[in-house]
Order: sequence, then C-alpha cells, then structure tokens
Amino acid sequence: MDNLYTTRRDKWFTAFINFLLTVALVVTLYPIIYIVSSSFSSPTAVTTGQVWLWPVLPSLAGYEAVFQYKGIWTGFYNTAIYTVFGTLISVALTVLAAYPLSRPDFKAKNPLMFLFTFTMFFSGGLIPTYMLVNQLSLYNTRWAVILPSALAVYNLIITRTFFQAGIPRELLEAAKLDGCDDFTFVRKIVLPISGAIIAVNTLFYAIGYWNNIQSALIFLKDNDKMPLQMILRAILIQNQIDPSMMAGFDTKAMAERANLREQLKYSLIVVSSLPVVLLYPFVQKYFVRGIMIGSIKG
Amino acid sequence: MKETIARPLTTPEKRDRSRLFKKELITNYQLYLMIVPPLIWLILFMYVPMYGVQIAFKKFRAVDGINGSEWVGLKYFHKFFQSYDAGEIIWNTVEVCFYTLLVGFPIFVLLALLLNNTGSKRFRKVVQLSTFAPYFISVTVVVGMLIQFLSVQDYGIINNVIRFFGGEPIMFMSKPEWFSSVYTWSNIWQGAGFNAIIYIAALASIDQELYEAAVVDGASKFQRIRHIDLPGIMPTMVITFILAVGQVMNLGFFDKIFLMQNPLNLDSSEVISTYVYKTGLSASLPNYSYASAIGLFNSLINFALLILANSISKRINKNSLW
Repeated sequence: MDNLYTTRRDKWFTAFINFLLTVALVVTLYPIIYIVSSSFSSPTAVTTGQVWLWPVLPSLAGYEAVFQYKGIWTGFYNTAIYTVFGTLISVALTVLAAYPLSRPDFKAKNPLMFLFTFTMFFSGGLIPTYMLVNQLSLYNTRWAVILPSALAVYNLIITRTFFQAGIPRELLEAAKLDGCDDFTFVRKIVLPISGAIIAVNTLFYAIGYWNNIQSALIFLKDNDKMPLQMILRAILIQNQIDPSMMAGFDTKAMAERANLREQLKYSLIVVSSLPVVLLYPFVQKYFVRGIMIGSIKG
Repeated sequence: MKETIARPLTTPEKRDRSRLFKKELITNYQLYLMIVPPLIWLILFMYVPMYGVQIAFKKFRAVDGINGSEWVGLKYFHKFFQSYDAGEIIWNTVEVCFYTLLVGFPIFVLLALLLNNTGSKRFRKVVQLSTFAPYFISVTVVVGMLIQFLSVQDYGIINNVIRFFGGEPIMFMSKPEWFSSVYTWSNIWQGAGFNAIIYIAALASIDQELYEAAVVDGASKFQRIRHIDLPGIMPTMVITFILAVGQVMNLGFFDKIFLMQNPLNLDSSEVISTYVYKTGLSASLPNYSYASAIGLFNSLINFALLILANSISKRINKNSLW
C-alpha cells in the first residue's frame, strides 16, 4: 500500500507502529536470550547477577550438571513415550472422526458434530473424570496420561474444515465409479493429499503431550512414570534438587554447589525446550496454516 | 391419549424413515465404522463423566457407587456457599479470568493491526515469528522463568532493575496483590503472537480494492485502520470474544495457577479449579461429592456466560456461534 500513496503524516504513523512492534519484539525475546545466556555463563556469574544480556565467563557447568542429573533422563524417556504414542493415537482418532463428519452425504453428521462440539463448552469436570479413570483401572498407568485427553475437538473442527474444502466432491464420485469404497478412498486419496492437515495435527498434539503436566498431576503417582514436566516442576518451582542425583557433586565446595544448583535451572530450561525449538520452523509454518483453516469456519 | 395408543405402532412415515435409515446405514456403513472409535472415546471420556457429575447431588460412598449413593439435593452447594473460603475463591477466579480477558483481548487485536500495517515485510515476519515462539514453552518452564526473573535474590533481574533505580525489591511471587498481574502479563507474553494470528488471517482476507479506493479518497493510514481494518475483523473479534468469554472461567488454566501457588500468595491464587483439586484429590480425606459440586458450579457459570455472550452479540451484531 505504502508505495501507492504516502503522506508525511503516514510516514510518522508507520514509524510509530514500527516503534511499538520493536518494543513488543524486545519484550518477547529478552527473557529468552537472558535464559540462554545464563545457561552458558559460569554459575557464580549467574547467581551474583552479573549476567544482563550476553554470557559472562562462558562455561558449560550448568549443562554438565543437567546431563549428570539422573531424574531428568527418566523424565525425558517417559515424555518421549507419551509424546510418540499419544500423538499417534490422537491423530488417528481425529482423522477417523473428521473424515465422516466432513461428508455432506453422511446423515448422522449434524447430531454427531453437536455431540463433539458440546464438550468444548460443558464437561463433567475433574472429579468425575478422575473417578472414571480409577474405575477403568487406568490410574497410575501410562494410559492415563494419554487417553482422557486424546482427542481435541478444536483439532477435529479444523481437520473437518480442511477435508470439506480440500477434497473436491468430483474426486469422490470418480473414485466411487471406479468401485472404490470409503476405506480405500481415505487411505489412497484423502490421506496422501492431506499432508498439511496431518502435519498440523501432529505438531499440535506432539507439543501438547510434550508440555503436558496436568495429566501427571492428576493421574500419576509413581516416580518412574513421571514425565519431564513433573521433574521440571520439582527442580524449577519446588526447588527440590536431590544432591545424590548429581554425580560428582559432593566433591565440590558448598558455595559452588549452591551456585550450580541455581544455574542448573537455566540449562535445564534450555534443554527441556530444545525439542520444541527445533520443531519451531515447521511448527510455525503449519500452525499458521492450521489456524487460518480454522478461522474460515468463524 | 387413547387415540394415540389405539393407532398402529408403525405409521407409513415411520416405516419410511426407518427404511431410509437402513439404506443410509448400508451405503455409508464404512463411514459409521470409521467414526466408531472416536465416538467410543467421546462417550467414555466425555459423556460418562457428565453422567457421573450427579454425585454433586449425592452423598458419594465408594461402596455404593455412583448410582447407589444417597441423594442429598443441593447440600454440597450450600456447604460451599456457606464456607469461609467461598467468597474469596469465587472473587479470585473472577479477577484472574476477567483481568486476562479484558487486558489480553485488546492487546492481541492491536498486535495484529500493528503487524498488518508495518512498512517492511521482513520486519513484520521477524516480529511475528518471535512473538509466536513463547507459545510453545511449557507452563512449567514459564512459571520456572517467572520465579527466576522475579526473585529477590541477586539473580532476579527485575528486582535488580528496581534496585538500580533506587526502589525497594518486590516479592512478586509471594505477595497476594501481585498474583493476578504476574499471571496475566505472563499469559500475554506467552500468548500474544498466537492469539494475533487469527486476526492476521482475517485482515489478509479483506478486499484490497477497499484500501485502494480509500487511498484514492485521501484516507490516511490511521483512517484506513479505523474504517477498513477494524470493521473487517469485527466478525472474527466477536466470535473469538464469545469463545473467550465461554472459556473464561474454564478449568483449563488449572495447571499454571496451580504451579504459581505458594502458601504466601494463596489469598489471591486459590481459584475454583485449584480448590476442586485440593478438596477432591489431594486432600487427606478427599470429598468427591463436595469437589464435584464446586466443579459443576464452575461449569454452569461458564455455560451461562457463553450463552449470554452469544445472545448479546446476536442482538447487537448478528454474529454468533449458533
């Protein structure tokens, strides 16, 4: 637009907009840069508040401490299991529900869609769900982390919208003429041309499982099943760092130990967020697309 | 009444309908098979708990089960409203929720408008990518970061800034009066980029000719934002606002508030959802019925708010969810 016609006043206005956006940019990025810089600084520099922007006295002590801390690996392992299997189950359920609901000739479409959407606005709540999980003997099992929240209705809606808009009716009619049934149609035609929406779902769910702490808080008891986020909670929030879990720790001096305990947190934040950060380029591309698809409905 | 009974059980229309239904089942049986697994999941994990919520009106005893327990009517609702904590908990919930909604919503819209009107495409992309990123950090890490940043220790950067300007350090995490602000502003930090996207999408779909015509008529950039951008995203704003109001007191944010709680800030950080968790699950003598009643009270308020927001916007704007 700007190349068309810009007055002097508009130039000032654009400068003002850019200024506000720069503020937004700094406010968003500064905490992240600060965490990363602290994680690479020496423990003493961090705890005495010498770090402002860039690493001070660069050191990998925090990362060494993280990698030697045993509980963290159990957490990573458990979270990996929940993320991989949970995502598989969730994506499968979502596609299985979304495809029939996207077909105009599916008579049960409207009442079923209502059943699904209604749960976005009203639910039995925490206690009845907890009692159900107990009754199904899922309490304190890995299933309890995955199953109760396996399907997100929001994802179902955007997937259905994608199918409605992205799969031409002629394609189905032509396939039907060739004797293709619905199963084959989904497997051979719908899935191959729906890569984008499958990616959106996979990323949504995978990040949801990776970051999930609520299910573990409610449904898990045993330490050996706890996901990474519960370990993070113990260390970052409750400040429970078990010295016996840190190899070679007892040989170090008291003061240094206290500093390292604090600095370990910064490195831990970086390490635990790294998988999501690595996915980010894909995530943002597909997420934006997913949200755009979702907004067509609105 | 008698006439109705005397009628034949299957009228021609009824027979017709059931024949049509059978035909639909036969032609589309594979679609039905597909939706069976998600439907079982839905009934089991969503509708069975909805059925189970009746224990809010019963005195639940494990030996009797949900169906066998004795009905007690509104006893547990009375118990909650008469309890010493109720007023404070409800107020905390309302404060935290509406603070987030009322401060967050305009900021998200503003961010989208700013991004849409910056001169440089590159800059726009950089800001959009960066503001979007915090959304993917887990709540646990965000709360952990808050604790580090707001600490009064030497490494607490915010208090270092306050000290630098000669102020007294503030114990943000343990002072009840700071709780809702810390909660809301960290939410905005985390969610601004994500929440702006839906408006950016709406802005992108505005007809370009409108801008061209406005420029020809000599409209300034500010006027274009006010008279084209804003009306253009109004329907989207209304829908997201209704949804936000419907979700405003939802149990969904249970984890962040729960993680931010400590014995010192409990006066303003105890909300309905955390209270349900404490009375129902983590208490030494959990009371399922009492906790369910409080949870149900919360769900009903949500639902009422949603319907209210929807009908108001229907009347004013002709935009609604249904």
